[in-house]
Amino acid sequence: MKLTPILVGAFTLALAASASAQTLTIATVNNGDMIRMQGLSTAFTEETGIELNWVVLEENTLRQNVTTDIATNGGQYDVMTIGTYEAPIWAKQGWLAPLDGLSADAEYDVDDLLPAIRDGLSVDGKLYAAPFYGESSMVMYRKDLMEKAGLTMPDAPTWEFIGEAARAMTDRDNDINGICLRGKAGWGENMAFLTAMSNSFGARWFDETWTPQFNTPEWKNTLDTYLSLMADAGPSGASSNGFNENLTLFQQGKCGMWIDATVAASFVTGADSTVADQVGFALAPDNGLGKRGNWLWAWSLAIPNSSQNKEAAEQFIDWATNKEYLATVAAAEGWANVPPGTRTSLYENAEYQAAAPFAKMTLDSINAANPSEPTVQPVPYVGVQFVAIPEFAGIATNVGQLFSAALAQAQDATTRDMTRAGYIK
Amino acid sequence: MARNVSTGTKIGFTFAAWAIALLLFSPILWVLLTAFKTEAEAIANSPTFLPQNFTLENFSAVQDRSDYVKHATNSILVSVGSTLLGLAIGIPAAWAMAFAPTKRTKDVLMWMLSTKMMPAVGVLIPIYLIFRDLRLLDTVHGLTLIMTVINLPIIIWMLYTYFKEIPVDILEAARMDGAELYNEIVHVLVPMAVPGIASTLLLNVILAWNEAFWSITLTSGRAGTLTAFISSFSSPQGLFLAKLSAASLLAIAPILLMGWFSQKQLVRGLTFGAVK
Repeated sequence: MKLTPILVGAFTLALAASASAQTLTIATVNNGDMIRMQGLSTAFTEETGIELNWVVLEENTLRQNVTTDIATNGGQYDVMTIGTYEAPIWAKQGWLAPLDGLSADAEYDVDDLLPAIRDGLSVDGKLYAAPFYGESSMVMYRKDLMEKAGLTMPDAPTWEFIGEAARAMTDRDNDINGICLRGKAGWGENMAFLTAMSNSFGARWFDETWTPQFNTPEWKNTLDTYLSLMADAGPSGASSNGFNENLTLFQQGKCGMWIDATVAASFVTGADSTVADQVGFALAPDNGLGKRGNWLWAWSLAIPNSSQNKEAAEQFIDWATNKEYLATVAAAEGWANVPPGTRTSLYENAEYQAAAPFAKMTLDSINAANPSEPTVQPVPYVGVQFVAIPEFAGIATNVGQLFSAALAQAQDATTRDMTRAGYIK
Repeated sequence: MARNVSTGTKIGFTFAAWAIALLLFSPILWVLLTAFKTEAEAIANSPTFLPQNFTLENFSAVQDRSDYVKHATNSILVSVGSTLLGLAIGIPAAWAMAFAPTKRTKDVLMWMLSTKMMPAVGVLIPIYLIFRDLRLLDTVHGLTLIMTVINLPIIIWMLYTYFKEIPVDILEAARMDGAELYNEIVHVLVPMAVPGIASTLLLNVILAWNEAFWSITLTSGRAGTLTAFISSFSSPQGLFLAKLSAASLLAIAPILLMGWFSQKQLVRGLTFGAVK
């Protein structure tokens, strides 16, 4: 029996098998929208024959893993889920492959992406990551408490109005705090909020020569406003409150207002909220300086340059971020569950507008942010609630701890004086 | 002579022992109960102790999203493989240090232990680069290798301590009878140190089973162990708490059972030589 034909046949079969069984390794973050994408991705495999190997991780672990891999040119991943903080830094380092195929594809319609989000993911006009979902921040408030305080929330409030309303809504006897804001230390926690807030006060992290600007009146005003607001109308223990803690407080009816991520809108109006039918929305406040205190974030899909499967990876990103995907999710799970904040066409869709009453405010909030010109004065960096330089995460975590400690001290000192004066029994 | 202990004291100590045991076990008990709750019940503001709507849905959801069997197989291969490899290197090394020490032996032992004092993340980049160049990223044998290296100091230290308890005269007698080094270690030393070796084996299997940092960092789906499996269900927003509990329960069940059945051996080994 001749072995040569058998061996040649086996070799050909093996080659064919390896060619057809292309596998993409995708690193993504563990949240509802991404898990939904994982569930729906069998359709992509059926359509293209490309197998998907999912690595789903909690946000901080994901960030550590993908950063290690991309910085060492490790090549473990073909598609990475990254934020608006990483995208411009990594693109400038030459770590990401530009998504030229998508940008040129008329069907993908890159011009349909929301301009603010697209800008945040582009460097020198080239798109390096495709947004999967985007968010900004806005004011969520209790209509009933506002009415009780004899006030009406405008669509675009000022910080002065927010301060007045917060103090008027506070009812310590009934455990109602006029306002709940982030106090927990972290570059993605209190510093995201305070940096966005400082923009509306005209403050900036650095001037054009990269000199820190914390000793300016603008930063002083930001912190004075924040600390006095929290001392007068904030919850106790505010220095350890992050997104989750404030969400719980708001859902339990203990906050008159809450300024936080637009994605929270569906939670505060959802089944877990005791105040679901009393929630109103407004743009993040301003000070009449032309900038609002709202941030901009998008979880996006990008291809590391170390990937050996760039073409297939771009094919996957196309599938996961195009208009059809939104329709697929809507058909499977309803319009309210469609990943928000990426495409203009979604906000023009009547069915989506009907399913998501907060859609307009979300869109207006996203459009009100400009990562290239985040604040009143010129800055040498990109980013609304962060500075897109690699050192920022470390620096902002340190600064965040100082601000958080200041909040705790302000709270303690005020509580002590108010107790002594007999206001607090 | 046995000490006289009053019944009251006995009851008191028994009660205290049970209370401490329950306190230590409570997180696992909570995970166990949460795994059978619905997601809504798991994150309820006023949590219930027992599941009100008993469900097995979390387990099927966990299996749908991630392959439990693949991760469990990887965990077994890595933990058992790295421990056996570690013992193969550790037994001769501990023999040399216990029975043929030099004046630097103590320093070598301390140096080995000092490697455990460095945080893993401190050597992340060099190890990652080595793994990348040797094509060991996301491979079971790569993970086995790193786990062996990480646990080797503990293996050698434990074995060294057990071997020191064995009278050198017995080994010398074997040598007088013509036993070569291999026979001396395999047929004389090892049988006498079985309790110590067994507890070293068990402890290192547990350590390798629970190791998370390298298992998560050096793998991307194919070689992931059960710690990577659990990690994929963890979320800072507190979402999927019931599924995370189901995944955790599935991940710890094998090692918990192993520890349960071998606890006598484990305790005997760990206290070996404690009383002379």
